[in-house]
Amino acid sequence: MSLIDVRSLTLGYENRTVLRDLSFCVDEGDYLCIVGENGSGKSTLMKTLLGLQKPFGGEIIFGDGLKHTEIGYLPQQTVVQKDFPASVREIVLSGCQARCGLRPFYNREEKQLADRNMERMGIKEYSRRCYRDLSGGQQQRVLLARALCATRKILLLDEPVSGLDPMVTAEMYELIEGLNKEGITIIMISHDISAAVCYAGKILHIGKKTFFGTKEEYMASDIGKLFIMSEEGGANA
Amino acid sequence: MLDKLIDYLQYPFVQYALIVGVLIALCSSLIGVSLVLKRFSFIGDGLSHVAFGAMAIASVLNLTNQMIIVMPVTVVSAILLLRTGRNAKIKGDAAIAMISVGALALGYLLMNIFSTSSNLTGDVCSTLFGSTSMLTLTLTDVIVCGVISAIVVALFLIFYNKIFAVTFDESFATAVGTRSNRYNLLLAMIIAVIIVLAMNLVGSLLISALIIFPALSSMRLFKSFRSVTIFSAVLSVICAVSGIIISILAGTPVGATIVAADVGAFLICTLVGIFKK
Repeated sequence: MSLIDVRSLTLGYENRTVLRDLSFCVDEGDYLCIVGENGSGKSTLMKTLLGLQKPFGGEIIFGDGLKHTEIGYLPQQTVVQKDFPASVREIVLSGCQARCGLRPFYNREEKQLADRNMERMGIKEYSRRCYRDLSGGQQQRVLLARALCATRKILLLDEPVSGLDPMVTAEMYELIEGLNKEGITIIMISHDISAAVCYAGKILHIGKKTFFGTKEEYMASDIGKLFIMSEEGGANA
Repeated sequence: MLDKLIDYLQYPFVQYALIVGVLIALCSSLIGVSLVLKRFSFIGDGLSHVAFGAMAIASVLNLTNQMIIVMPVTVVSAILLLRTGRNAKIKGDAAIAMISVGALALGYLLMNIFSTSSNLTGDVCSTLFGSTSMLTLTLTDVIVCGVISAIVVALFLIFYNKIFAVTFDESFATAVGTRSNRYNLLLAMIIAVIIVLAMNLVGSLLISALIIFPALSSMRLFKSFRSVTIFSAVLSVICAVSGIIISILAGTPVGATIVAADVGAFLICTLVGIFKK
């Protein structure tokens, strides 16, 4: 059974439909990349998967005992966070908020989990540092550690490398690949088509035309060829 | 000077003023950190003007207990403002500006047309800038203020981690199942209650200062949410106490003196913050 099974989903916002009849599935251990032009509905799809908004039609079925609140989510940074006075540890711990429910404080188990995930992301030494004083790449690691606290098996990453320099971008992709090899399912929304076809196992292309399949199928398909060409052409221009 | 102070401290009305001042300063600074970080600073300002408008209506109706009108109106406005902040046609900041000046104008208009008081300007002025009523508090006022403050502090402690999560990253919090809307609502209601309480102390024009300044000062110096919160509470209480004492000794207006102390503390914190770097 798939972790997430999306069946003929129709979605949009404010009564405007942006995507119709979308179907795809995510299996355990997948590395799925969602690509598409700006405004094609990538973020709407993501919000719908996370349960932040309701689909207009169709259904999302979670398998294997997964709930939509157990998806580790790496959002794009907001303006609020840029100068937020919070220590790295406070932020990573807040990934455990779903586990503690209405209990007001985090217990020892949750604190250990946060410590483990900080170690995993190589940010243990910064745990007392202030989030706003870190570099962009370090901040992403903090948010990734927080996402790992919220999930056991699946991460949803929204443009995880936007605004990072090329070196840090490569590091970030390697980090994500490492997590995938540890058995964590990855869904990544990305502008970066060359990285998508490099790292992902499956591609979901949304927009006027929809494509869902393995990366090899995508690269052989017309829609894939066209998109890769236009994006790379755009990058070179 | 010290003798004069000790002498004054014997009087119950001075003691009451200090107790109420400390409680309000404590509550407003706790909530202030979240409000500033969530970019909701203006909500305090808007709501205080709404409270002024409601106060005007209450005095026109000649109610002895003005809280019956002021409290519900302010709480409802807080909820509406937060709701519209999300996705309404009129964007958050414009909505707040609209409601705030609208309420201010209507309030003054009502007081002008229907007022029975011989000293209208004085009435308006004391509602806007805080009155000597700070020094005419009754024991009941103090008890009401104490109970409400205790509730606010307790709510803040119980939901501390949730408030942090929702303040730092609302979409992440919602995605992992925290009901962000409820906590936003809670914050809005608490802030409305504090504003109504604080109207006696500093008047409706200066309330935002109590909410914003301690948080901003603290953010110059500290680097974790917990230390920012604790320091802003401590600083706020110190400023309130020294403000009240100075105003008694020097005969200055209570509200303005407290706010001046807050401004002074902010300047000092900013300087220290610059030198620390």
